[in-house]
Amino acid sequence: MTTSVPIGTPIIDPIAAGLSAGWNVTDASTLASDRIVEADVVIIGTGAGGGVTAEILTRAGLRVVLIEEGALKSSRDFKMREADAYPALYQESAARKTKDKAINILQGRTVGGSTTVNWTSSFRTPADTLAWWQQHYGLIGYTSEKLAPWFDMVEQRLHIGDWPLPPNENNDLLRRGAARLGIPTGAIRRNVSGCWNLGYCGMGCPTNAKQSMLVTTIPAALSRGAQLYTRTRADKFIFTGDRVDSLLCSALDGTGLQRTGKRVVVRANFYVVAGGAINSPALLLRSKAPDPHGLLGKRTFLHPTVISAGFYEQAVNGFAGAPQTIYSDHYLGTQPLDGPLGFKLEAPPLHPLLLATTMQGFGTEHAEMMRQFAHTHALLGLLRDGFHPQSAGGRVQLAADGAPVLDYPTNEFFWDGVRRALLAMAEIQFASGAKKVYPVHEMATGYSTWASARKAIDALPMRPLQTRVVSAHVMGGCAMSDDARLGVVSSGGRYHGITNLAVHDGSLFPTSIGANPQLSIYAISAMLASELAVALTGRPSPRMKAPA
Amino acid sequence: MLPHSSRRSFLKVGLIGAVTLASAGAIYRLMRPLSTPNRFVLDSDAAAILASIIPVMLKGTIGITPQAVSQASSRVVTAVAGLPLATQKEISDLFSLLTLGATRRLLAGVPDQWPQARIEDVEAFLQSWRSHRLTMLQSAYAALHDLILGSWYSDERNWPAIGYPGPLAVLSPP
Repeated sequence: MTTSVPIGTPIIDPIAAGLSAGWNVTDASTLASDRIVEADVVIIGTGAGGGVTAEILTRAGLRVVLIEEGALKSSRDFKMREADAYPALYQESAARKTKDKAINILQGRTVGGSTTVNWTSSFRTPADTLAWWQQHYGLIGYTSEKLAPWFDMVEQRLHIGDWPLPPNENNDLLRRGAARLGIPTGAIRRNVSGCWNLGYCGMGCPTNAKQSMLVTTIPAALSRGAQLYTRTRADKFIFTGDRVDSLLCSALDGTGLQRTGKRVVVRANFYVVAGGAINSPALLLRSKAPDPHGLLGKRTFLHPTVISAGFYEQAVNGFAGAPQTIYSDHYLGTQPLDGPLGFKLEAPPLHPLLLATTMQGFGTEHAEMMRQFAHTHALLGLLRDGFHPQSAGGRVQLAADGAPVLDYPTNEFFWDGVRRALLAMAEIQFASGAKKVYPVHEMATGYSTWASARKAIDALPMRPLQTRVVSAHVMGGCAMSDDARLGVVSSGGRYHGITNLAVHDGSLFPTSIGANPQLSIYAISAMLASELAVALTGRPSPRMKAPA
Repeated sequence: MLPHSSRRSFLKVGLIGAVTLASAGAIYRLMRPLSTPNRFVLDSDAAAILASIIPVMLKGTIGITPQAVSQASSRVVTAVAGLPLATQKEISDLFSLLTLGATRRLLAGVPDQWPQARIEDVEAFLQSWRSHRLTMLQSAYAALHDLILGSWYSDERNWPAIGYPGPLAVLSPP
């Protein structure tokens, strides 16, 4: 891995190059008539699960069609400006919300899905999470040892490794504050190659350093003849007996908000759902897929995340430099996995729109906080949901127009975890030298000492919309288990009761992961896609490879 | 837990509030000429509301001139235009609720028409919705908060005041 910042290196846009080389890409907003498309396999979604599956299946010689609701954008379009990036690249302009509007959800909607806009944090699935799945969902193939070769393969393919530069101040404050309290931290591995250390991963990588699906597996699949339909919304499957007969899709207009009236119908031998949690269960719900045990869309998890901002004497410049490089799992381990909610600590990149909308209040109070923008450090507490009986997650429902709505109820058990996370973050921020700490809550203000912050946080009423809660990790809703009473798909990702349908994305997870999920999705999808390739071709599965 | 009687009156107010919000939207939609269904349109009523709320939401911010308020207002419209149509309809309903005199007085507590609304009244309205017992009004406050503050701070004209240098110019010319 490069250790210097290669600013000035010419930027090669693999998407521009591929399109001029004749990739088969259709922007459905331009369709003048309906289309019927045939394929061996159709993959719905081009994010972590869809991208990996597409590369493996095309390498296996299968004819693949990819369906993507978002547009095909590339480094040419990524100008690091929030006002343009969020509407263009995220679900609902980065303002997707739970049913009660109390949790804001960040999910990608573009070719490459959330991998195009995530912050590159790469963790293998924690061993205790996997052990829980073995014990409670019978997922005996999901051990750290059995998954290791798949992790090795995708880590190599996506250039996942240690980050050689020092953490930016925003991350280093987490390291220093925690160290003063005797709390261990670790370094986050990243999926980058030749990274310029800019800090704008969340707006699409302008230099193609981030090894997202957009610049790795999707180009690999398209170069092998896969077809990609963008601005194409998968409406529903048509079932005949125990098989999917076809997939009905609608073309969206250039804004991505409205159907044009043109249809795309896909007929394939096999169908892989990889629209991400929330969208994948919603597609299956709209299709009235068999769900004899009423599991579909239930147990959807968010790693609900709470925020604490600290103001420092020195400049923090949280917008500059690799966004996430330091983490602490200390508070995941201070109680049993199925005890009171544990939480992971990370630092988020700070950009003006994101910070201004996150911080509570308005008028003079808000203006004063924003004047401290460059001196602001923020911590995230990501709650590990899905293990305790009182942490059953949310449920994906359908609005009248068929759009997904996530109902994620909260309870005292949940708010207890929130309060502990806000306390832990404030304590670390004072330990790292914060002059003031703002727990993000409508009734909180800035506190100048740990004692006053602790007293205030202990007394804050914890409830929806008053405590700011966000999520960038949506998981579950199509849980896997070979026992059909516990999961809608098998341990191999196959949909129970339908012979030619599988799910390959984060919706498979029967609980949350307890770590940023991208690498778990890559590795598990690689394993499932490889098994699928063998089943469909009768030949050994190909390995993923970066181009020479 | 609230005492029984106050819980009952809370439920009553909650119900009335919810019905009012839904019917204000419906009445308002009947009253106005139909353009593109669902898409949010900034008519003169909605523009007057934004013109009153923006300076209060941004009070104390450097550079808040009448011209800047009008630029912020257009950026809010652009931001709304990127939201799903169902969300745009909710935002239209919110502006309808604020437009109709009865609901403006009853739920927002603003006695005067928007162009004449006093800053203190607008401030009190935002503060009351921020922690209102009707969660629907809390989320309406949150929508105004995010739309206005997000639009303001995503505008590069407002970056120097907060010490944000903006993206690397060689990759993102201003």
